[in-house]
Amino acid sequence: MRYAMVIDTKKCVGCSDCVVACQTENNVPIGYCRDWITERVEGTYPNLELELRSERCNHCENAPCVRCCPTGASHIIDGGIVLVTPNECIGCGACIESCPYDARFQHPDGYVDKCTFCHHRLEKGQLPACVSVCPTKCMYFGDLDNPNSEVSQLLKARKHKTLAPEAGTKPHVYYLI
Amino acid sequence: MQYCILVIDLRFMGTSRRKFIKISALGFGGVAVAASTMESLGVNAYLEGLALENSLEKLKQTATYCEVCFWKCAGWVHSDNDGNIHKIIGNDIDPHCNGRLCPRGTGGVGMYTDTDRLKKPLVRKVVNGEETFVETSWDEALTLIATKMKDIKSVYGAESFGLLKHGSPGSHFEHLFKAYGSDSIAEPAYAQCRGPRETGFGLTFGSWVGSPEPTDIRDTKCLVLIGSHIGENMHNSQVQEMSDAIDNGATIITVDPRLSTAASKSQHWLAIKPSTDIALLLAWMNVLINENLYDKEYVEKYAFGFDELKAHVQQYTPEWAYGVTTIKPEEIRKTARIMAAAAPATIIHPGRHVTWYGDDTQRARAMAILNGLLGSWGRRGGFYFKEKISIPKYPHPPYPTPKWGWEEIGEKYPFAEMGITNELIQASIPSEENEYPIKAWLVAGTNLNNSIPNKKLLEEAIEALDFMVVVDTMPMEITGYADVVLPECTYLERYDGIRSATNREPSIALRMPAVEPKYDSKPAWWIAKQLGERLGLQDFFKYEDFKEVIAWQLKQMGTSLEEMEKIGVKKFPRESGPMYLDEGQDHEFYTDSGKIEFYSTALESQGFDPMPKYTRHPEPEPGYYRLNYGRSPMHTFSRTVNNPNLNDLKSENDLWINPKVARILNLKKGQYVWLENQDGVQSSFPIRVRVTERIRWDSVYMVHGFGHNNKKLGRAHGKGASDTQLISQVAIDPIMGGTGMRGNFVKILTENPAKTVEV
Repeated sequence: MRYAMVIDTKKCVGCSDCVVACQTENNVPIGYCRDWITERVEGTYPNLELELRSERCNHCENAPCVRCCPTGASHIIDGGIVLVTPNECIGCGACIESCPYDARFQHPDGYVDKCTFCHHRLEKGQLPACVSVCPTKCMYFGDLDNPNSEVSQLLKARKHKTLAPEAGTKPHVYYLI
Repeated sequence: MQYCILVIDLRFMGTSRRKFIKISALGFGGVAVAASTMESLGVNAYLEGLALENSLEKLKQTATYCEVCFWKCAGWVHSDNDGNIHKIIGNDIDPHCNGRLCPRGTGGVGMYTDTDRLKKPLVRKVVNGEETFVETSWDEALTLIATKMKDIKSVYGAESFGLLKHGSPGSHFEHLFKAYGSDSIAEPAYAQCRGPRETGFGLTFGSWVGSPEPTDIRDTKCLVLIGSHIGENMHNSQVQEMSDAIDNGATIITVDPRLSTAASKSQHWLAIKPSTDIALLLAWMNVLINENLYDKEYVEKYAFGFDELKAHVQQYTPEWAYGVTTIKPEEIRKTARIMAAAAPATIIHPGRHVTWYGDDTQRARAMAILNGLLGSWGRRGGFYFKEKISIPKYPHPPYPTPKWGWEEIGEKYPFAEMGITNELIQASIPSEENEYPIKAWLVAGTNLNNSIPNKKLLEEAIEALDFMVVVDTMPMEITGYADVVLPECTYLERYDGIRSATNREPSIALRMPAVEPKYDSKPAWWIAKQLGERLGLQDFFKYEDFKEVIAWQLKQMGTSLEEMEKIGVKKFPRESGPMYLDEGQDHEFYTDSGKIEFYSTALESQGFDPMPKYTRHPEPEPGYYRLNYGRSPMHTFSRTVNNPNLNDLKSENDLWINPKVARILNLKKGQYVWLENQDGVQSSFPIRVRVTERIRWDSVYMVHGFGHNNKKLGRAHGKGASDTQLISQVAIDPIMGGTGMRGNFVKILTENPAKTVEV
């Protein structure tokens, strides 16, 4: 089992529903976020390309945050999900520095917080909150080890990319372009 | 050519700003505790804890439909027994949302939790020689209002008490006003928003567009957007269907001077010169007709005035349009051919907020005629025949007949189909010629200060009023002008009328309270009933709780409150016939000719152009830029800016400026500037500069709804600029009275022009 998220930038309108759904689902304090929208504009008027995408922890296979964690609070569980155990975290911030995606932040309670792929929902057979609310249905979630899963099929059929591939992190969040 | 790449992480642009927090709570002691907890719970303590929490979680689910915007998506409110709302999730079977709410619906919980809400009834009183609001009891406030309503009725007639409204609360007050004898009712949703398209499409097809729009985007092959920014306007099911259309390989053509989100999803973005849309629409007609690309069979069978139209559009060649619109002739021809190739599954979308330049009904007519030429009305992938189910009227005595009402107030505009707010406001200013004097207002759920242009006129009218009541959930600007302010509870705390809207198939949705009203707030139905009883109109309010009305209505419809509480949304079979025309089917349109009117005899009879023409509109003087405005997906007008969840996503608006302009004016990204319009009106608050290639060099752009000046809106006050404040030039649509608002021009000031303004 290798969980992955596939996001279709051709459909994302950057509405931030994923952000607010994550905040209410995971009780993320106002002023913080585990996912966010990035806008990329290329060219000059009127020859322009605009890409909107929802970003979060990439749940990297080769996760620098896990390697640098001094207490083991940052760890990878079955399915390849990168998690932080709050009561093991000393808030040193090494993982925040090491993440090429700036996906981690210090929770006001002191520990480091980030996207969990809504692991607690997956256990109940539900999709991550962001995926489940997205009005454009531009987000897909599933198992890369299953060649018939929607995510595997999409990655087979469509041109895609990951973010900062040069960092060698092997992300599990893919963007259809 | 110069090439630039700009990547913006919206977290740091104010969308979701993350605070920098110093570690303070965790010291060595904290680590020791953490270590011992870790030993006892094991490595996956966090997840086990979450799983446990979830299994213990017994959240109640209550049916609602959203009131954060007018799309009214149905959903489920998840709350606990302590009155905490955890989340709001869309109802899977609802055609407005298909189980997926938009950010505003998901963040609707902030309407409930906002601590800046109105909490107690307030009455304007003079204390120590100064006017101030004093908290009062509901009884005192309601009795005062009822007394004033009686006074106005006996001195001037009930007609002189006007109602300005929006959304669900409005309908409860509409019932009260009609029972009281006033039909002097208007809402900004018409003359400041979608009125022109309703009139324009109505004159052409004999049918309103209505809401949700009957655009068959799901099955379209070609979607044409004229300044409509679907995706930034978060009209849920339309956004969803546009996404489906992208999946299905539909072509999208967007006409917009700004690279909107929709434009960025389009194969063809026509970066038009602002205010010239009608020229492009006429040139498209010219191509469709002269290249024989229009749907001949459809036009012959259903349309009236084709020959006149053909003769009329000969002058509007693509070459002519190039000089007006800056869109190249070959681009005009190419896009016209694409539309024709996809027809009848082509939609020239009617848009929503269409009060732009004062000839907006004619622009809507041009769009409607194009749809007619392409044969898309009543065709799959074009426009479907919508249907809704009517909700049985709860029994009450007949309403009295007022001597005059919204129709008379707006009589200068023969094709107005609803009350014209700006005319009702004008009628509130005493003058010799004013035959319909309005003396008092009840304002329900609409912040007029941020929706009505021409602030001077609005303030003059308010100044002249004998009495004004505002009902709202939040201390919006308009509350500051009221004599009495009534705190309404939010949609999450009340029953409201059953939602029935036009769709592919009829459906209804239930709204019931998920939690008790916070503070001393009350539902609009209760306020209307209390006022009715004090006015001796108790026969119009024969129920203790609005729940009884809903239960009775649902029973008449063959369902029940109990059933609706479980399902939230119920669909009904269509009764009006198929959604699309069969080939060669006879069909009568509700127009004078019974046909689709390319040539409008109705318009002609009132002295208007029977077919749309291009008119030149004012352009900016040197140093000024056209002020364009629009929506962001996380806000609805000005009403959500203080919502803690939505404010967190976007707390202020930005002024979009083309890099060329920024270079000339020496403006930098992130810098704050002030604006001054052509009439010398200045923005009260500064606005942050966003230098972006997404906007033309002749205009600037901002999201509507910001720049609140009521300090009681703790999060929203002083954040960003208000476009409405800068709209002092209004081009009135002579056909239906709409207020064209895009003919305002601003210059950019780098210093605060009014040092004395409190920020």
